[in-house]
Amino acid sequence: MKNLIDLEKKINSELTTKIKNTLIKHNQIYVEIDKENLLDVVLFIKTNQDIKFRQLIDITAIDYPEETQRFKIVYLFLSHEFNQRMILSYFINEKEVISSLTSVFPSANWMEREVFDMYGVNFKDHPDLRRILTDYGFEGHPLRKDFPLTGHSEVRYSEEKKKVINEPVKLEQNYRNFDYESPWEGTKYLKEITESNDKKN
Amino acid sequence: MTKKIKNLNLNFGPQHPAAHGVLRLILELDGEVVEKADPHIGLLHRGTEKLIENKTYMQAVPYFDRLDYVAPMNQEHAFALAIERILEIDVPIRAQYIRVMFCEIGRILSHILNVTTQALDVGALTPSLWGFEERETLMTFYERASGSRLHANYFRAGGVHQDLPAGLERDIGKFCETFPKIINDLENLLTDNRIFKQRNVDIGIVTKEDALDYSFSGVMIRGSGIPWDLRKSQPYDCYEQLKFKIPVGKNGDCYDRYLCRIEEMKESVSIIKQCLTKMEKGPIKTFDGKISPPSKTEIKQSMEALIHHFKLFTEGYRVPKDEIYTAVEAPKGEFGVYLISDGSSKPYKCKIRAPGFSHLQSMDYLIKGHMLADVPAVLGSLDIVFGEVDR
Repeated sequence: MKNLIDLEKKINSELTTKIKNTLIKHNQIYVEIDKENLLDVVLFIKTNQDIKFRQLIDITAIDYPEETQRFKIVYLFLSHEFNQRMILSYFINEKEVISSLTSVFPSANWMEREVFDMYGVNFKDHPDLRRILTDYGFEGHPLRKDFPLTGHSEVRYSEEKKKVINEPVKLEQNYRNFDYESPWEGTKYLKEITESNDKKN
Repeated sequence: MTKKIKNLNLNFGPQHPAAHGVLRLILELDGEVVEKADPHIGLLHRGTEKLIENKTYMQAVPYFDRLDYVAPMNQEHAFALAIERILEIDVPIRAQYIRVMFCEIGRILSHILNVTTQALDVGALTPSLWGFEERETLMTFYERASGSRLHANYFRAGGVHQDLPAGLERDIGKFCETFPKIINDLENLLTDNRIFKQRNVDIGIVTKEDALDYSFSGVMIRGSGIPWDLRKSQPYDCYEQLKFKIPVGKNGDCYDRYLCRIEEMKESVSIIKQCLTKMEKGPIKTFDGKISPPSKTEIKQSMEALIHHFKLFTEGYRVPKDEIYTAVEAPKGEFGVYLISDGSSKPYKCKIRAPGFSHLQSMDYLIKGHMLADVPAVLGSLDIVFGEVDR
C-alpha cells in the first residue's frame, strides 16, 4: 500500500472487529486495538504482502494513574518497503498480563524487559523477563508517575563497612516543583491582535 | 579415564577498554568459542526520560546531548523536529542548513571515533592518534557555534540558539578541503591491511532478514545490503535539497560496516560543502515570540519582548495535546523521539528510541560460535555508546 488512506482501508477491511480505531496524523497511522488481538494483528501486519511492517521500532508504555485502565502500551512499526510508520496501542489495567511479541520479533525481548522494568507491566511467554536498566536489587518502577523524581534510596560507599551501601534518600531541601502556569490567559480580543502582530513581524 | 568438561563463564567488563564504556558482558565459553553472551546494561542509567518529564521543553534539550555524547547535535535534532511538527512551525532556511551542517559534523565525529577505536580494538594504534586530531578540530567548531565542545545545547524548536560567529563558515570550508586527505590516510592504514582484514572480514555477519528482525538501523542495516537511510527516505529539514549517496555493504560483516562508515564520512564532507555554498544570510530561528526568546536588545526596548522573555524562561512554551514519533538518521542508526504532550509546558512522556539498544541486544546472536578474540571486533563494529543505550 503506497498510501496511508489505502492502508487504513485495507487494515479495517481485513481485520474488521479486531481494530477499534484508526487515525492518520503527522503522516503516520495510529491504530487502536484490544489487548487480546495483539498477536493476530501484529502477525497480519508483519506478513501481509501489501502492508509488510517488517520492523518493530520500539515498545513503550504511558502511565495515566487517574484512569481505570492505567497503562497505554504502544508499539511502533516501520515498513521499509512502503516507507510507512504505524503506531499501535491499547489500554490495560495495572495488574493485567499481556502477551509477548518475542516469538514474532526477536528484538521485542529487551524492549519488553524495559517496559517491565520501568512500568511493572508483566509479559506472558517472555523467555527472560528480568530488569534491564535499573540496578541489581532495585525496587519500584521508575517511570510510573507516582514514583518520585529523587527516588527512594541512594547509594554511597561506606567507610566503616568498607562496601557500597543503599540507604533512604536524605535531602537537605525537598525537590521543588514550581507551578509557573498562570491561569490568566489574557482577554481574547487582545490575544488575537497580538498574535496577528506577531505573525507580521 | 573420562574427564568432565564444563563451560567457562567469563565476565567481560564493566571496566574494560574494549567494552566501549560500562558494558558487563557475561560470556559462556567452550574452550575459546563463545556459546552465549548476556549483556548486562544500565550501569550508566540516569533516568533521562523521567527527568525530561519534569522539565520544560527548552530545559529538556541538554539531556539529549548526553545520550550519544560523541554526536550530540544529532539527538537534539530529533527532539526539536518532534516539537516543531506538533506546533506546526516553519524553520528558516538558514537555520535548516546550519542544523544539517552540524548534524553531518556530528556524523563525522562519531564515525572517526568508531572507525579508529575499532582499529584500536584489533591492534592498530596509529589511526586513533590521527583521527582524534581531526575530532579536536571539529569540536572547536562546536565550541565556536554553541560555546561548548561536547554538550552543545544549540538546537531549539524553530531554529538554532544563535547565528554562526564570523569566520566559522570559512574555517569549516577549509576543514572540508583538508579532511578527505586524512580519510585517505586512514584508509591506507586499514582498508587493505592484512591484520585488519583478518580480524574483520566474515566476522559478525548479519543477513538481510535478521537485520530487519533485530530492529537494526543505520550502518548496521546498510552494511547488510538494505539501502535504507532516513535522510533519503523520510527527509527532514533541507536534506531534500542536497545531493548525496548512500553507501551500502554486500556481506554484512564487520569489514563492510567499516567500509560504509568510511564512505559515509566522504559523503558528509560533500554535504557540509553544499550547505556552506547554499547557506545565505537570514534569520536563524522562528519569529514566533511565543516560542523563541527575543534578543537582548529587544528586551531593553520592548515591554512585549520582556514579558515573552520572562514567560519563556519560567513557564516555557506550551505544546498542544498530541502524540508523535519523529526519527532522524543519527550516525549510529535511527534515533527517535516518541513525544506525548498534554497541553502544558512539560512533556507528559518522552520515550527515546536509541539505535544502540537494539544493536547491543543482538550481541548473543552475532557472537555465537565466534572466538573470544572476535568479541571486541564485533562490539566495535556495532558502534555502541552507553550514553544512549542506558539513557
